[in-house]
This record gives sequence, C-alpha cells and structure tokens, in this order.
Amino acid sequence: MAVRRNDIKPLGQRAPLLRLNHVDKIFNGDVVALRDMTLQVNQGDFISLLGPSGCGKSTALRLISDLMHPTRGRIEWEGDHGRGDLGVVFQEPTLMPWATVAQNVWLPFRLSGKGYAEVKDDILEVLRLVGLEKFLNAYPRELSGGMKMRVSIARAIATNPRLILMDEPFAALDEITRHKLNNDLLRLKDKIGCTVIFVTHSVFESVFLSDRIVVMAARPGRVLTELEVDAPYPRGEDFRTSNEYAAHARRASEALREAMGEPA
Amino acid sequence: MSLADDQPIATLDTRDEDEIQRARAARIERIAKWALPVIIMILSIAGWAWIVTANEIPHYILPGPDRVWGSLVDDWAMLIDAAFLTGRITLLALLLAVIGGAGLAILFNQSRMLELSFYPYAVILQVTPVVSIAPLIFIYVDSKVAGMLLCAWLVAFFPVLSSTTLGLNSVDHNLRDLFRIYGATRWQRLRYLQLPSALPYFLGGLKIAGGLSLIGAVVAELVAGTGGIGSGLAFRIQEAGYRLNIARMFAALALVAAMGVFIFAALSILSHLLLRKWHESALSRET
Repeated sequence: MAVRRNDIKPLGQRAPLLRLNHVDKIFNGDVVALRDMTLQVNQGDFISLLGPSGCGKSTALRLISDLMHPTRGRIEWEGDHGRGDLGVVFQEPTLMPWATVAQNVWLPFRLSGKGYAEVKDDILEVLRLVGLEKFLNAYPRELSGGMKMRVSIARAIATNPRLILMDEPFAALDEITRHKLNNDLLRLKDKIGCTVIFVTHSVFESVFLSDRIVVMAARPGRVLTELEVDAPYPRGEDFRTSNEYAAHARRASEALREAMGEPA
Repeated sequence: MSLADDQPIATLDTRDEDEIQRARAARIERIAKWALPVIIMILSIAGWAWIVTANEIPHYILPGPDRVWGSLVDDWAMLIDAAFLTGRITLLALLLAVIGGAGLAILFNQSRMLELSFYPYAVILQVTPVVSIAPLIFIYVDSKVAGMLLCAWLVAFFPVLSSTTLGLNSVDHNLRDLFRIYGATRWQRLRYLQLPSALPYFLGGLKIAGGLSLIGAVVAELVAGTGGIGSGLAFRIQEAGYRLNIARMFAALALVAAMGVFIFAALSILSHLLLRKWHESALSRET
C-alpha cells in the first residue's frame, strides 16, 4: 500500500515544509497581484487562503506550484529535493474526457514513467478512499459533478505528495454536494495525514476544514491576518453545529469584512 | 389505424398525452428521415422519364432514366474499372493528406518558428485553385499517377492541417497546467494531452478532406487525360461527352456521386467509432 498515513502533530510542533519570503508578484509592471506575502507552511497544516476575488489567492497557488515565478522574494522548500511531488485540484475537475477514471488517476504515475500494472493497487486504493472503486472503467461524462471532483481528488493524493493545493475545488458544486465533499475531505485527511493549502471564499468552508486561516485582502493582494482554528480533528457534524464553530466563523467573518475594507 | 390509435391510451395509463405526442413525433421523424428522400428520388426520376417521353427529347440531348440504367448495366465492366482507378487515386491522396496535414500540424505545433515560416505558404497553396496549378504539375511531373496524387493532395491536405493545428492548440488550460506541475516532457504532453484533444478536430478535417481528395482526383484526371495508366471516371465522362454518349456520362456521374457518399459515410462511421465513448458530438440522441 503506497498511500501511507502521516502523523499530524499539534499546531506549533510541526516541522516546516515551505516558506514564502516577502513574495511579490507584479503583472505588466504595474498590476500588483500579490504584495509582500510571507507564509510558513508546516507538515500537516490544513491552511485556507480566505479572501475576496483579486486578493491573490490563486496567484499564491500558482507561485507555489511553480507555474509562475515571483517578481521579488523567495519560495523555499525544506529539504534537498526542492518542490517534490505536488497534488493539485482545480475548481473544475480537469479530467481527461477521453480517459477512464482509472486512467485519469494513473496520470501522475504515468508522467513519471510508471506503467499501469505497477501502480494498479495504488490507483484502486485511492479510488476506494474516495468511494469510487466501482467506477474504475467509467468515462468522466458518465459521472456527476461531485463524482468527477472525487476523481480529481483521488488523482491529487495518489502519489502521496508532500503538499496538496486546492483552488476553490467545491465552488461550482451545489451546497449539499459541497457539504458532503467537505466531510469526506476531512475524513480523507485524517486517514492519510496530508498537508493542504485550500483556496476558498467561503468563511464556513475555511472554518470547518482548516486549522489555519490566512485572511487576504485585495488591491493590492496581500495577507491581512492569520487565524487559528484549534478545534481537534476528526471534525464532523457536531463540530458544524457547535458554539465553538460559530465563534470561529464570527471571527473569520469579521476579518474578512475588514479585508473587504468595511468597518468590523 | 383508428383502432391502433385508441388502444395505447387505454392500456398505458402511465403515459400522458405529452409523452404519447412525443413518441408519435419521434416515430414519424424516424420513418420520414428515410422515406422522404426516397420518395423525392422516385418522383424526380418519374418526372425526368415523363419529360423525356412527353417532349420526345432525343437521347443524345437528354436520355431517359431507362437508358442511363441501361448504360450503367452495359458498360459496368468499363465503369467499375474506371471507378477503381479514381478511387485508388482518391484514397491514396487522402492517406497522404492525412500524413502530410497531421504531420505538418504536429511540426508546426512543436516549433513556433517553423509555423511562422511556412504557414503562410500552406495558405497560399490552399487558396490557389487546383485547376490552375494542375497543368503546370503535369509539365514537370513525368509520372501521371504521381501528378494526379499531387493534385489531389494539394486540395486535401489543408483542412487536415488547419483543423489539427486548431485541435492541438485547444487543450484545456487547467490540464495544461496540470501536466506542467507534474513535470511532463514535451513528448508526454503531445502524446497524452494534445493528440487526444486534437482527435475530434482532426476527424472533422478528415471528413472535409475526403470529399476534397475526390474533387482533386477528378480535376487531375480531366487535366491529365489518359496515358498508359488506364482511364478514371472523370476521363470516361469527358470521353463519353465527345461521343455524345450522354447516357454513359450520367452513369459515370452517378458512380462519382456514389463514391463521394461512400467516402463521407465511411469517415463518419470511423469518427463515430473513435469518439463514441467520450466526445459530446458522438453521444446518442436518446441520452
């Protein structure tokens, strides 16, 4: 079984994984997408980047995933291997329509030169983790929006990456499906102990899922403040209805309002 | 009819008025799709026969359908030989158009400099009518077969080139990012991402190229005349025209049209088979 379980230490005791050091990203010489972002990501963190449109959340993800380079500042990975494997989930499921579910999950392995037979067990296991083991040979068009997103998540965790980046993955789904996928994502996190950076503009999603919320503001995109959600995992429906959850959500809403430039 | 109409409403109580209406419309559509063109064909042939007889038009001006049919039967051996010859040139040209068009598209896609250098000339070749290039080709190319292939290829390769180029560039940008994040090589990106994305576009271009390669072959025959390699359908049409054998002209024309339909149908089936599992265009209408 290739998907191993990583132990997650409490906040404050985690080893660093990645550091953004005073990172600026400027487009066309004058559009400041991100200004002076400093953030340390630790192993086992579930970080939400929360903020209005244009606050540089997605820019930050693109910088971390090396799709673009910072105008100023540095992005430093812990260890000698540099970035290493990444898992990515976009807002769209981003599956190859001509390939079956299994072939889609195979993609990251295939691109690193591994044959299907070699990793078949891993593919089966992650599909079991997201509850789609029966849909191995289905084509994406035969699946619902939520199921496609599960395939996308399975693909992201399949190679056991050091970091998983999720760019508003559930924003296009209906509320009920989103709720369910949030629960499932946390269950998955407890099983495999992954490190996640999750971009969202939903306060409730960020509070429910993450233990660190980085609140960002727009024009120019920047980090405004960081909140900790110290409620223990596993979190389930009782957390969603607790006073603690409501209190965290209130704090996050206030921070977000401040980020939008309105009085708190 | 009235009995059949009454009964379903009485027995199938789960189907309401709307669904029955819809089912009836679908059934009529299904039959009409075949029946109407056939009726039109029968009517026009009958009308044609009537005009010829009623006006006593001489057969060297307009033969009746019976004479055309007679010519098709009597000259079958000669016509089918001609059809095979034209068909061979057409298919070979189509094959070369696929190799050349798709190959160039991939080359252009891999090297922007190559594309910038040569794409304008591909366009110039395409917009110059083949009829006007063909006589020159036959001056410089000794082999008639090679000349005919070149003519047919010239008209057929461009749709494959342009549609495949479009397809290779129409990759979902998130998937492109994903491949970059996973560190895919240029070859992997081409093989696993761009070629499958381009397939529906390529097949669309192929359907057009199929028809064009037949046109190219026919034009080439008309220009080349006969010479050691036997005579194709277009040459037979021309020759029968010189002899005022109008019936044979029509018979050969019918075969050319049948070939065009056959090529189009074959390529449509190929396209359906390759895309039916995943592409929107190939989804059956019931789902």
